[in-house]
Order: sequence, then C-alpha cells, then structure tokens
Amino acid sequence: MTQSVVIQVGQCGNQIGCCFWDLALREHAAVNQKGIYDEALSSFFRNVDARVVGDGGSISKGKISSLKARAVLIDMEEGVVNEILQGPLRDVFDSKQLITNVSGSGNNWAVGHKVFGSAYQEQILEKLRKSAEHCDCLQCFFIIHSMGGGTGSGLGTFLLKVLEDEFPEVYRFVTSVYPSSEDDVITSPYNSILAMKELSEHADCVLPIDNQSLFDIISKIDLMVNSGKLGAAVKPRSLVTASAEALRKRHKKPFDAMNNIVANVLLSLTSSARFEGSLNMDLNEISMNLVPFPQLHYLVSSLTPLYTLADVNIPPRRLDQMFSDAFSKDHQLIRANPRHSLYLACALMVRGDVQISDLRRNIERLKPSLQFVSWNQEGWKTSLCSVPPVGHSHSLLALANNTCVKPTFLELRERFTRLYKKKAHLHHYRQTGRHKRWTFQGQRFGNDVVPLQVGDA
Amino acid sequence: MSIVTVQLGQCGNQIGFEVFDALFSDSHCSQGFCSKKENEAYQASCKERFFSEEENGVPIARAVLVDMEPKVINQTLSKAAQSGRWKYGQHSCFCQKQGSGNNWAYGYSVHGPRHQESIMNLIQKEVEKCDSLSGFFIIMSMAGGTGSGLGAFITQNLQDEFSNSLRMNQIIWPYGTGEVIVQNYNSILTLSHLYRSSDALLVHENDAVHKICAKLMNIKQISFSDINQVLAHQLGSVFQPTYSAEGSSHYRRNPLGDLMENLVPHPEFKMLGIRNIPQMPENSLAYSAFTWAGLLKHLRQMLISNAKMEEGINWQVRPPLSGLPPLGRASVGAEPHFNTSIANLVILRGKEAHSADLEGFKEPALYTSWLKPVDAFSVWRTQRAFRRYEKSAALVSNSQFLVKPLDTIVGRAWNMFASKAYIHQYTKFGVEEEDFLDSFTLLEQIVASYCNL
Repeated sequence: MTQSVVIQVGQCGNQIGCCFWDLALREHAAVNQKGIYDEALSSFFRNVDARVVGDGGSISKGKISSLKARAVLIDMEEGVVNEILQGPLRDVFDSKQLITNVSGSGNNWAVGHKVFGSAYQEQILEKLRKSAEHCDCLQCFFIIHSMGGGTGSGLGTFLLKVLEDEFPEVYRFVTSVYPSSEDDVITSPYNSILAMKELSEHADCVLPIDNQSLFDIISKIDLMVNSGKLGAAVKPRSLVTASAEALRKRHKKPFDAMNNIVANVLLSLTSSARFEGSLNMDLNEISMNLVPFPQLHYLVSSLTPLYTLADVNIPPRRLDQMFSDAFSKDHQLIRANPRHSLYLACALMVRGDVQISDLRRNIERLKPSLQFVSWNQEGWKTSLCSVPPVGHSHSLLALANNTCVKPTFLELRERFTRLYKKKAHLHHYRQTGRHKRWTFQGQRFGNDVVPLQVGDA
Repeated sequence: MSIVTVQLGQCGNQIGFEVFDALFSDSHCSQGFCSKKENEAYQASCKERFFSEEENGVPIARAVLVDMEPKVINQTLSKAAQSGRWKYGQHSCFCQKQGSGNNWAYGYSVHGPRHQESIMNLIQKEVEKCDSLSGFFIIMSMAGGTGSGLGAFITQNLQDEFSNSLRMNQIIWPYGTGEVIVQNYNSILTLSHLYRSSDALLVHENDAVHKICAKLMNIKQISFSDINQVLAHQLGSVFQPTYSAEGSSHYRRNPLGDLMENLVPHPEFKMLGIRNIPQMPENSLAYSAFTWAGLLKHLRQMLISNAKMEEGINWQVRPPLSGLPPLGRASVGAEPHFNTSIANLVILRGKEAHSADLEGFKEPALYTSWLKPVDAFSVWRTQRAFRRYEKSAALVSNSQFLVKPLDTIVGRAWNMFASKAYIHQYTKFGVEEEDFLDSFTLLEQIVASYCNL
C-alpha cells in the first residue's frame, strides 16, 4: 500500500484541504470499525503516540493512538492556517508541517513564485523530506491551490519544480481552482496563465475546477432539497456538500459547501487505491491511462450522485441515471460540455454496490452519444471499489481528458491578452524583476498549448 | 505428477482462488456417479496434482501468488483460509507496495528484473514440494500491468530455469469496450512475448464468459466473482483427473504433457480455447437430463460455427465437402465462416461416457489438410462425474476461433500506435517503438498462419 502527501497552498488550498481532512476522517471512521490502524488509513494518516515528544512517536500497526495527517500547509499569511489550528481539526495537523508568513502575496504570482519561492525553498524542502521519510512507499503528492491569487498560484507552482527535482519518481497531482470570469481579483488572468505554464511542464495530472460550476451545483442541490419535489427525504449525510459542521448546524464558513465537493473528488480518486474492490485502480494507472501525450494532462471531473434519497433498494434505473448524469454538463466541475467535444480518454471510478454488468450496460448505452478520438475509440478505463462514500450506497467519479477544456483556456487567454495589451498592472510584476519574460512566455504558452489540445485530437 | 500454479496480478489471483475452490469442491463432491474406489482414486489424483501435504488436515494449494500491491493477495489468502477446507501456503506469496500502473513496460522491465530472484525462489520451493513436476500453469490477464508484463517476464524465466517442464498460460482477454485504455498495447506485447516462451496459451474472453453468465446462468447483476466461477468450472472440467487410456482404470499422470501432445502439434499454432457443455445454474441441475448424442451434436456445432456457448448457435454453418477446400479461404471479415481446427480434444465425464459416439468429430473436413483426423482428434473418457453434472463434455480446441478477436486487438493497437499516443509511458521504462513493431509483425504472422489453414 502506498502513501500520499497533501500539500495545501494559499487560502483556497488550505480551506479545501481542511474539508478534505475532515471528510477523510469521517470516511475512514465509517469503514474502520475496530479502531485498528490499517493500510487504508496509512495512505493519508500517520499513527503517532502523542505522549512521545519529538519524532520517535510513529506507530505502524495496532490500535489507533493519534492520527496525524500527511500534509504540509503553506500560506504566506496566517489567518487561514491559524483558524485551522484552532478548529476541530487542530490535533490532526503536526505543527511542524506548517510554513507561514504574515505579509501575504498580494495576489501577485511573481511575489509568490519568485520572492517567497526563493526565500522559503530550503524550509519547504525540509518539510517535504520529513513527510517523505514518514512514508514507507510514497507514491503521490496532491497539491491543492487556486490559480488566480498570489500564494496558491505562484508559490504553489514553484513547488512543482522543487518536487520534480527532489522526488522525480513521485506523481504530482494538482487540483487547481481556476478563476471564474466574474472573478474579483483583477490580476487573476495574469496569475493563472503564468501558473498554467508551470502546470503544463511540471505536473503529472491537473484537475481544473472553477468556482462558478461549483456554485451552480450547490444551487441545484439547494433547489432540489428545498423545493420538496423529492418524495422521500434526502439523507442529509449524503449531500456531497455536507461537512461535519454543517451537520451540526453550526455557522457555515463561506465556500464550505463548494470545498466539500472538491474534497469528495479527491477522496473518490484515491478510494480504489485505499480500499478493496473487484477491479482496482491505483493512482499510477490514472496517469498511465488518461495522459496520452505528456502535456495533455488536464482532466475534467464530475461527481454523481450529488445526494441520495432515503430508500434502501436502488432500482437499476436510478443507477443508470447516475451514469448519465456524470456526462451531463451540469455535473462537471468546470464550465464545459464534454458531450459536445472530443474525448481523448475517459475513466469511470465506481464505488459501492455496483457490479461489472451494471458498468458494461451503461458504457454500451452511453457510448453512441459520445465522440471519441479516432485512435482511441474504446478509450475507457474503469474501476470498481467496494467501499462507497459516507452516506451513499454507490457513487461515480468520471475523469475525462476531453477537448472541452479548450474554451475555458481560450477564455482565460482572452482575459490575459486584454489586460496585457494595456500593460495594466504590469508594474507590480516588474518590481520582482524579470517579469517581462514570464508574461511573454505565459502568453506564448497560451498560444501553444491550447492549439495542441485541439490539434492532436 | 503435479502442476504448480502461478497467479499473477489482480485477475490472476482472483481467478486462481476460484479455480482451486472448484477443483477442491469437485473432488470432495459426494455425487460422483461412480464406485467408491474410483472416487477415492479421483480424489487422490486431484490432490497429487493441485494440493500438497496437509498441515493439520488442511490441504495447501500448490500455488505461488504474485502481485505488486497487497490488497488482492490479502483478500485471496483470507478467503481461502475462511473456507476452512483448503488454503494457500503462508509463505507462498510475493507482494510489493506499489502496483504496475497498467504499464506493461513497468511490469516487464522494472518489476521483473527487480524481483526475479525472490519470485523464482518461491516457485523453486513450491516445485521442491512436488514428487514430480508436470509443469506450470500461469494465470494472468493481458490488459493490466502486472499480469501482462511481469507475467511475460516470469514465463520467460521459467523457460530458462525449468526448461524441461511445460508452461501453460491461462490468459484473460479483456472486454472489447475497454477495461483499461492501453489494454491493446499491453495485449500485443504480452502475446508476442508469450508466443516465444510459453508452450500453450489457453485463452478466455471476458465478453464470452459474461454472455454465458447472462444467458445460461441467468445471473441478473453479474459480478467478477460470477465470471471467475464460470471460468473456474471450465478449467476444472479440463484439469481434473481423467483415465489414461480407453478402458483403463488409472488416471493420467501427466496432464499438461498429454494436453500439449494432443493439441499443439506445431509451435506456430499455440492458441487454445475451451468450450463446455452443459452449463447451467446449480439449482437447475436436478431438473435436467441429457443424452450424449444431444450434447455432442451441440458441441460439434459450437466448434464448427465458433460459438462460445450452447445458446444462439448458428446451425447454418457446415463443414465443406470433403476433398474440396473450404469455400473461399477463411478471411477475417467473412461471416459466417467455418472454423477449421488443427487439433481437438474432447473430455467426457459422467454416466456411460464410454458409450458416447464421437464419429462426428473425426471428419477430415473439420481439420486442416496437413493433419489426419486420427492425429488431430483425441477423446478422454471418465466415469466419474464433474461437479454433479450427470454428463458433461469439454472441448479443448486449437482452431481459428481466436483469429477475429486477435485481429481486432492488433488493429486497434496499430491505430493507436500510428498516432504515438501513450508511447512515452512505455519508452520511459525501456520498451521502445521497435519492440512494438516486432510484436505487430509476429502477431500479424500468426493471424495469417491461422487464416491459411
């Protein structure tokens, strides 16, 4: 069994990360009845004897003593990380795995990447090496950040190069939150394009997500839950947006519901690697199957179902509905419609009480309405994991390498070009030196990679 | 003589468990339809082949379990131990922490050499437990990374280290509509390597077994364990003890050797398929009665028309008139066409097996011109019934049945290769484009050879 380390960078990254750890604990608590520290838990958590001071406290087997997340928390201002450390998850994080500053990056990619990058490189390397040492067999780094700001975007992508040099054999999966077109950070297009260049060159796999889509999904759920159209009650724990706090009906933090969706995606992605099933899929298989050419590694994700009704026996029609929904544009986590674009590859990761015949039946049913690239007509990767997510009896995560990301990237490049033509805000980047080359490279990148997505298909 | 089974990857291990379970439950079945003495001899023979000396009464499977990640092996070991009737040796498994990632190159070039010594040691230990070794039965899938890549590597090693023993590979052909996106690449690399190092390739297609589950076994929600159980049933019907000669009362001693002798007369033609009749859910067994004539008639037509099960057989297909070549050389696209065989083996088990008439299988028209039916066809009859089927027949055949699926896989792989998609994942670990081209060449030649029968 392998281990993964989560690196959460910036405000967005840390908030999503917080939801992720909360959900991971709940998921393992639901499965792990006996309180034994097993291999599934070890993929994201260490078992530590809290009484031992210093490093010697790791326990590899036996009863759970105190779980510590395999995480590194990075932020250039303290607010978010401090809040996490004072919240209900404070014991899950090791205080030695934090890197913070007070000044923040001012929504400036160059400050995050160049200034803080070089200032904190040694510290970052040290923390990463420490977390790697705690792992028996480290397989993957999960980086969570946003693209539009300064820290997540700049420092987050600086990290990628560091990871590639220091740990070349370990996968780098990046969850990136892209700015919506109505984003309130003016320089977000600059930050995003500059970050994208790093992502294309140094990440193994990127899951782009945008806030607007998450928000639309939330609205849809609220509408369904509150409209009373559903005959039976919706199981509250099954809401893909549910977090421990929401369940306790305490004051919800903003973005909480949206972050939970992302947390769910990350857990489903790793579920087949952690838990048993009749057709397992490890993290290295994701990269192997979904990345036909090194730079084309942007995967559109969709998660269904968004909620479960309270009836116990799921008739096959509802199961089939779950598969259909995964391909509808309302369930995608970025603004895209995969149905109208070309698939290069598609992965279906099923959890719960679903068998191979259900999977086959649905693939046969949906295949005719989807367009696959000529050299990969049967491009499906499937997996079956027996353990469903908390509150559900089954769920499906679809990852698609699809040309529908093109409009999103083109639009981003549009926004970049509009600003760059006017040389707006460039002086902020200039101050950190050597900006011009990057922004120019960033634009050239925008011109190159996007056509590449289309040209190869 | 004994057979050592090597179970590789998730597929190999999941199937391996079902196979041993089927073999064990059959040999301890109360309804043998034969005398007590015969039943005991059957049990003893089965035990010698597949299980080793009991340790406090529980037989231990003669198997080595190999996987690059621990989940499946742990599951398999505990399932076997839970049954209480038989189990796997505690030290017979080899496991690593991180899987092969569906990458043939990783399984073959990285895991192979790295773990060669440990795995071969385990196999050596298992071989030493046998009084005499008939050969190796290697269970693997073609689509993944461990079964396919590491499987090819290990088979080659077995050829080098145990050159006097036979190697039969049980290969699982993945679903056509994809379980793994790079399955076609993994498949062609596996097949081309195995063709050089294995003695016989016993092929099972997931699509075909899935249909059997759906149509014959009436299972509504088919799971992989259902599929594996049908597979295990088919394998059991071939590998369980059979009498060594007509009218004799001793069981064959060298199952693998006898199979190869009968079915693989020429090294260019190694692909074998199994068909079994009848197949039905267990609870229908009591209500069914068959005659040998009926069963064999269906089995023969299944062979000729390339049907995989006894439902939906195309009765229009007929053997060509003897003396004339088959109507138009069998080309891959032509449908329906007559399935020419190189060699066939029919195994009959059950009541009055000695009386069954097999003349229908001895027609020269069924076979290719360079083998006479007396050399190409054999039959093994055993009184003792298999898994409570009063009469059951299995057909192991070396024929054109795999030409179309093989050609499809090669075509798809070539299509993907032409665009160079995913190739960087393979070259990363030392499998170059040249290796792909070599594989294509070899497989196209095999397809052509089979077509020209």
